[in-house]
Amino acid sequence: MAPLSLTINGKHYSASVDPGTPILWVLRDTLGLTGTKFGCGMALCGACTIHLDGEAVRSCMTPVSEAVGKKITTIEGLSTDRSHPLQKAWMAQEVPQCGYCQSGQIMTAAALLQKKPHPTDEEIDAAMSGNICRCGTYLRIRAAIHQAAKGGAQ
Amino acid sequence: MSRSLLVTRRTMLKTGLAGAPALILGFYLPRNLFSASPTKSPTAKTSAVFSPNAWLRIDSRGGITLLVEPAEIGQGVRTSMPMLLAEELDADWTKIKIQQAPTKPDIYKHLGTGGSSSVRENYLPLRQAGAAARALLITAAAQTWKVEPSACHTADGAVVHSASKRRLTYGTLAEAASKLPAPDPKKISLKQPKDFRFLGKPVHRLDTPSKVDGSAKFGLDVKVPGMLYAVIARCPTFGGKAVKFDDSKAKAVAGVHAVVQINPVPSPANTAGGVAVVADSTWAAIKGRKALQIDWDRGENASENTASMRKQMAELAGKSPLYVARTVGDAASAISKAPKKIEAVYELPFQPHATMEPMNCTAHVEKDRVEIWAPTQSPDWIQGVVAGLVQLNHESVMVHETLSGGGFGRRYQTDYAVEAVQVSKAVGKPVKLLWTREDDMQHDFYRPASYHRLSAGLDHQNKLVGWSRRIMSTSIRQIFAPPEALKNPATVAAQELEGAVDVPYESPNLQVEYSAVKSGVPRAWWRSVACSFNSFAVESFIDELAAEAHLDPLDFRIKLLGGDRQLPNPRDKEDILDTRRLRGVLALAAEKSGWGKSLPQHWGRGIAAQYSFGSYISHVAEVEVKPDHTVQVHRVVTAVDCGSIINPDTIKAQMESAVIFGLTAAMTGEIEVENGAIKNGNFDDFPVVRMKQAPRRHEVYIVSSTEKPGGIGEPGVPPIAPALTNAIYAATGKRLRRLIIRPEDLKQA
Ligand code: FES
Ligand code: FES
Repeated sequence: MAPLSLTINGKHYSASVDPGTPILWVLRDTLGLTGTKFGCGMALCGACTIHLDGEAVRSCMTPVSEAVGKKITTIEGLSTDRSHPLQKAWMAQEVPQCGYCQSGQIMTAAALLQKKPHPTDEEIDAAMSGNICRCGTYLRIRAAIHQAAKGGAQ
Repeated sequence: MSRSLLVTRRTMLKTGLAGAPALILGFYLPRNLFSASPTKSPTAKTSAVFSPNAWLRIDSRGGITLLVEPAEIGQGVRTSMPMLLAEELDADWTKIKIQQAPTKPDIYKHLGTGGSSSVRENYLPLRQAGAAARALLITAAAQTWKVEPSACHTADGAVVHSASKRRLTYGTLAEAASKLPAPDPKKISLKQPKDFRFLGKPVHRLDTPSKVDGSAKFGLDVKVPGMLYAVIARCPTFGGKAVKFDDSKAKAVAGVHAVVQINPVPSPANTAGGVAVVADSTWAAIKGRKALQIDWDRGENASENTASMRKQMAELAGKSPLYVARTVGDAASAISKAPKKIEAVYELPFQPHATMEPMNCTAHVEKDRVEIWAPTQSPDWIQGVVAGLVQLNHESVMVHETLSGGGFGRRYQTDYAVEAVQVSKAVGKPVKLLWTREDDMQHDFYRPASYHRLSAGLDHQNKLVGWSRRIMSTSIRQIFAPPEALKNPATVAAQELEGAVDVPYESPNLQVEYSAVKSGVPRAWWRSVACSFNSFAVESFIDELAAEAHLDPLDFRIKLLGGDRQLPNPRDKEDILDTRRLRGVLALAAEKSGWGKSLPQHWGRGIAAQYSFGSYISHVAEVEVKPDHTVQVHRVVTAVDCGSIINPDTIKAQMESAVIFGLTAAMTGEIEVENGAIKNGNFDDFPVVRMKQAPRRHEVYIVSSTEKPGGIGEPGVPPIAPALTNAIYAATGKRLRRLIIRPEDLKQA
């Protein structure tokens, strides 16, 4: 296997993996970036959400070959110090419970705010309904997105 | 129950931290304090004599550490434990470290300490330890200054002489305090709730930052050197096994190292056995498993279906006699003579836990030791079961408890850890075992399926004169108890009756009967256990009685609750239901919801309340039934009385969580059995509530109280399903008695 060259969170990586391997497992098993989570493996839960050139994608169903030549952003690269407005809002609203789904939630929300800096409730629901939270933090997620959109953690 | 706490200390104890002198207090924390909610853990030990399992250490630099025994730190309490300690100690709770106490050398274990504890008073030991340490530090300072202890107070990690404003930090005083005699436990006085600085006020959880940047490490994030990855092909039917398999294609997959067969392990592990594929990455293991060809002997449960089980339950409901779990007076004759007789049947399906992080475990089996990393709610149970399996003593099995991506009761089980141990042993390497979502959905220990026939009689004043109930379910105990014990019907029924034998509505005649139904499907504890189904039946039926009596469902409940009564649970006399507090949450939820005010057409409000795990919860659901018979929950109003409050924001979050979790089980997802196997596989055919289906608004009101703290993780679940169906009834006049609710049932009902 020829090594694939990947750009993740602004850094260059090379990974000798089968090009059909979902990005999720390359991130987690090969490169040790475990912030991106496995929840369903079928693009049904959103736990594995990352950005490919700024678009939210489900990394569990996206072969790594598709990421070659594109910019991958994972939760580890959203900010280096939890300073992204969504991360601040997430902390202010105490969104996480078990926390397992939250990387995916935040990455989906970040892609939404890129496109729609001031989303309505309906737009938030539409964008976020691909992300499951079994701990039921949906109302806080919605509130945190609004808060981040308003541009403040307070 | 009376309690005493003996705190002792050691002088100049070398603790490894540069040999610094430190004040150390040993005390006992009840087991259930460590779990996210104080459910009685199935592995809880009840013994009269305790050795210390927690130590408070204040070192000479002022560092405060709470050391607890390994394998006992629950994640939900990492915030509340330091808060309780610091409240009495007058220290900064955010700076208190929680650590696992070292097991070797065993210096901590030999601090003489004793005490006894009652289950629901579990938050006292930490406060008492904090108060005891504070008393010692004040005494040490007073002796230094040659003043009376009463002339001193504490603030921000220091003792202050009130008159002269002289100040000595806890660190400076630690050594002197460690030489003082232990305080008399009876003389330790605790703060009055009105003086609390942060208990009862919302605070930010300490674990939150690590959960917004991906740094929190869950079970699936464990990596140990030389580790391989595994998945297991299990027989789809319960009790089936592989008769032969062809692994040539699987072994041809790049990265696959080995294919090994593992045997089923009987109760309490209850594993299915199967064929494991071990590879150098998760993906290779998954691909290898797809390439396996296995002939299954589908076993004795291969004909089980949801429909056949429902039929079996309906037949049983008509048979007598069943096991009588509780009887008062003569319910049958009271009902037959009553002017109004009502009967109804309620049904609830199996429910999976479907934690967001599927089951997984990393294990490393060596010749004379085993190391395990598991997202678990019962590390000590894993240790015991694995020690038996590999024939080593307990000390040779080390279990690291990782963060769990959801638990809901699933992680009490030891099955996934046992499997990881089997695979690691077979290949002689550390192995991380992953359950895919399908594995997790199809090999769970489900919330029991159940069937409830209730009948009641009302007199001319609409008072209850008789209440009779028959419960049929797939018994949990049948999975875990030995055959000999299961000859006793009380054992079979033991975990199916919570919320059924302890009904708070007053009736002079009462009968509760039980029968188990045959099923090969594994089942066990699921968030709120039996209350989740028993409450649905009771709170729906009460609503039906109210309609029969032409009374408002809230007024009818209040009327039936009668005067202030203390009702001991017939199965646990220390567990006392206070009808005043139940009435309190009903009235509060109703008032805040605008109960009785008009709503748009096709909208309705429903109320339900339940006492469980020491807490009283009432929900009012406000729903709209759309023209296509789908249901939208617009608003939920919750009133909670869970006794003393530690962090109100955590209580609020748990209520939000319980409502979403309970709504999935009531509205969107149910487990179906087909030819002995679970039909559902992933979130496409087991839909869960997503953001767009979640209530638009959820308000939570917490009753301020100085009563013993009750649970908060589970009690929010039981009353949401009946609040929902009662609201649908209010909106449409149609009564849904079978969960999950279906648009077609609304069409026909
Ligand atoms: S793991 Fe990718 S969407 Fe669920
Ligand atoms: S916080 Fe647990 S699944 Fe979302």
